[in-house]
Amino acid sequence: MAIQEATQTLDEGLYTANAVKQSHDSQMKYGSSNRIQKSASIDNKVQPLLKLENISKHFPGVIALQEMQLTIMPGEVHILFGENGAGKSTLISTIAGVHQATSGHIYFEGKKIRLNSVQEARELGISAVFQEFSLVPQLSIAQNLFLGAEPLKNGLLDRNENIKAAKALLARLGFELEANRKVAYLSRAEQQMVEIAKAFRTEPKVLILDEPTASLTEKESDRLFELISQLKAKGVGIIYITHRMSEIRRIGDRITILRDGKFISTVNACDTTEDALLTLMTGRVIDNVFPKINFSPSQTTLSINNLSTLDGSLKDVSIEVKKGEIVGLAGLIGSGKSELLRACFGLEPIASGSVYFNSEEVTGYTPKQMLERGFFYNSADRKNEGLAMNRSCRENMTLASLNTQTFSLGPFLKRVKELSTCQDLAARLQLHPLNIERDVECFSGGNQQKVLLAKCLTRDIEFYVFDEPTVGVDVGTRTEIYQLIANLCESGAAVVLISSDLPEIIHLSHRAYVMYRGELKAELTGTDISEQNLLNHFFERECTL
Amino acid sequence: MSTLIETQTTQNKRQSLTFYAKYLFVRLGVLPFLLLAAIIIFSLLSENFLSGRNIMNVFRQSSYLMLIAMGQMFALLTGGFDLSVGTIVAITSVISAIVMSTLFSFYPDAIWLSISLGALAGLLAGGSIGLINGIGVAIFKVNPFMMTLGMSSIGFGAALYLTGGSPVYGMPMTFSDTFGFGQLLGIPAPIWICFICFIALAILVNWTRSGRYFYAVGGNLKAAQLSGIHTQKMLMLAYMISGLVAAVCGILLTARLDTGEANIGASLPLESIAACVIAGVSLRGGVGRIGNVVLGALFIGLITNGMNLARIESYLQTVVIGSLLIFAVIADQLRLKLMASLQD
Repeated sequence: MAIQEATQTLDEGLYTANAVKQSHDSQMKYGSSNRIQKSASIDNKVQPLLKLENISKHFPGVIALQEMQLTIMPGEVHILFGENGAGKSTLISTIAGVHQATSGHIYFEGKKIRLNSVQEARELGISAVFQEFSLVPQLSIAQNLFLGAEPLKNGLLDRNENIKAAKALLARLGFELEANRKVAYLSRAEQQMVEIAKAFRTEPKVLILDEPTASLTEKESDRLFELISQLKAKGVGIIYITHRMSEIRRIGDRITILRDGKFISTVNACDTTEDALLTLMTGRVIDNVFPKINFSPSQTTLSINNLSTLDGSLKDVSIEVKKGEIVGLAGLIGSGKSELLRACFGLEPIASGSVYFNSEEVTGYTPKQMLERGFFYNSADRKNEGLAMNRSCRENMTLASLNTQTFSLGPFLKRVKELSTCQDLAARLQLHPLNIERDVECFSGGNQQKVLLAKCLTRDIEFYVFDEPTVGVDVGTRTEIYQLIANLCESGAAVVLISSDLPEIIHLSHRAYVMYRGELKAELTGTDISEQNLLNHFFERECTL
Repeated sequence: MSTLIETQTTQNKRQSLTFYAKYLFVRLGVLPFLLLAAIIIFSLLSENFLSGRNIMNVFRQSSYLMLIAMGQMFALLTGGFDLSVGTIVAITSVISAIVMSTLFSFYPDAIWLSISLGALAGLLAGGSIGLINGIGVAIFKVNPFMMTLGMSSIGFGAALYLTGGSPVYGMPMTFSDTFGFGQLLGIPAPIWICFICFIALAILVNWTRSGRYFYAVGGNLKAAQLSGIHTQKMLMLAYMISGLVAAVCGILLTARLDTGEANIGASLPLESIAACVIAGVSLRGGVGRIGNVVLGALFIGLITNGMNLARIESYLQTVVIGSLLIFAVIADQLRLKLMASLQD
């Protein structure tokens, strides 16, 4: 208890100290006396915008949060940092009024409050952008932005005003979106932008952002960071969840670390090293996130020749992949890096060109045919394409492998064999909680990702495609996933790694391709794969190769 | 200190007791509780209710709905509906009766030949309507609601057109004697056939690849597709199974009525969906157990029978069944909420 109190006072102390220092500096300039300085420092003591004291949240059978502490000051970006399942989501849900705390107190601008619903939180000025979108796909962007606060004229909907206001809002945020478009037709990144815009509609006092850049491009992220600094200047407190170190460095003021639902510490972003953060988060020292891989490329297994798709997302792309190597595919969102392998797996209609897999032409084959040949595509969108959320882990893990000898005898399933295989696999992947009969939707994001990866481990595969395998996955799990990919490659399989995370491409791939607007821009090998070289090919200006 | 520990333990006990009650509810759903309540209430209201004869009666009466509900479950598992089950029953009844009576009038000696050909024609009719539903839903992406509603209108019209609105007579007596009123080991034929269908479908849904694929297609169509499953085939198969099982029910009803009727089965779509939903089958697809579905149909049969015995007016009976359905859905929502938190 004593330690917690100490950290808490320390925690507020950091801010008060800053304020004191500022007033001290200014007063020194004007040569004020010591006494005045003291009283001034008391006046200047900034009141926390939001303060959580000993917040606990119990779900039947699970303690999601235990005696959590959090203080948000006006005008700061407060990073929540922790592994998947550490309680970050529960914490922000509690602040946003989605869940009610089992015990503990919440103070907003010094007043004790109790949040019973999202609406109550909104009215106070607490807005949240969750990872799961709250958009109505059938409505347009403008209608979604003003949902529940539609502009009226004589008691009727004012459509023109709605569109005008939506356009103004989007322009202010710098998002290039057509206000009339239906949300259903937007990409995930665009939907993310609409979701963010929705939170910016009202003037929030506390803004919660849960991995907002996960599906944004560099440019859109930059724009978002600009907006965040504008809000900071206005004194808005921002709670920001991210796993990306670069973002923490760039916008974070203070960091609160959570582990297993418990408060670990609150530190200043500027004077905490990356290693220290990781150690605080995992409770152990992580030496190396990326494994060392011994590549031994042998014969070519996949070759794509002059491939173009019907919708124009690919134009005349040729690449090849050898056994025993990891090939990275980098590029912005919409550059065609996912579409290239999706087209090979039969998910995008092909207009021209050919695909050869193990010297057999497989152009336009269906996923079923490709799976039978040992080609597995692991989708980036686990919720919509990867997993049946309301079925158990076991059923999801074996879904793509049920038609193999391992799991079936004629039309019948070998359920005992299935059970034992899944048990072993779950233990190997350190699924948490280790219960394979649990519905997938009840697991945290990182563990869902493990289940998704497990899908390709239940059958004989010699060609793995991992599309953004670590989106929304904490560093600890990430290390495990990288190790898994490395092992697959070293055992002689071919791996294609599609990723927006540059360090991932740099450290894991043997060769890398960069895509830009549906075209292949560059091929890099070995030590040439560096951040600078990759980024050089990301944008238009490098078109003249 | 000691008092503190004591109060804590009593609190833990109380917590664990409510925990177990919740656990049972989550594990079994609301249905066993409803069945138990219905049995207690009706056995108090009427002394005949628990007699062996009446129980057999309930089972026989419910076996038709059980069949339909089992087929309906397949459509629901894939995230659709089958509103055409009533029509399939009617058209099967008409077609098998026409084939049977025509053959019988030409070859009065070949009794079993005409019965089996008639039944086969009925199954074929039911299966094809199911197949058309499946093609519409899987290939032309017609919403299952509209597809099966449209088919239901087509089938009903066709059945009336074929018969001119009047019942079809002239089937061999053996047909009705065997499948309508026959018994084996003291158990009526419809129950036997329902039981055989149940075993076959239970094996299909729980122990075969296809069965697992139905759940996967309903759970996440796209994920199923990416896992190498022929999703269109599974959708078509689901509606075909629903159609075939409805056809079996249609043949059994024809035997029971001893006529081919175009006007039967109108209430079956709703009742079968009700039986499934009470049994915890999700309307969004991907969740449901066949054993529970049979119990769900039994529950509806039990309520109807009990209310008949208790001399509750038939108009009021529909009110009761409707309210129970809504109650069951509310209870299921509650269960889903609890389930997420009790998964361990």
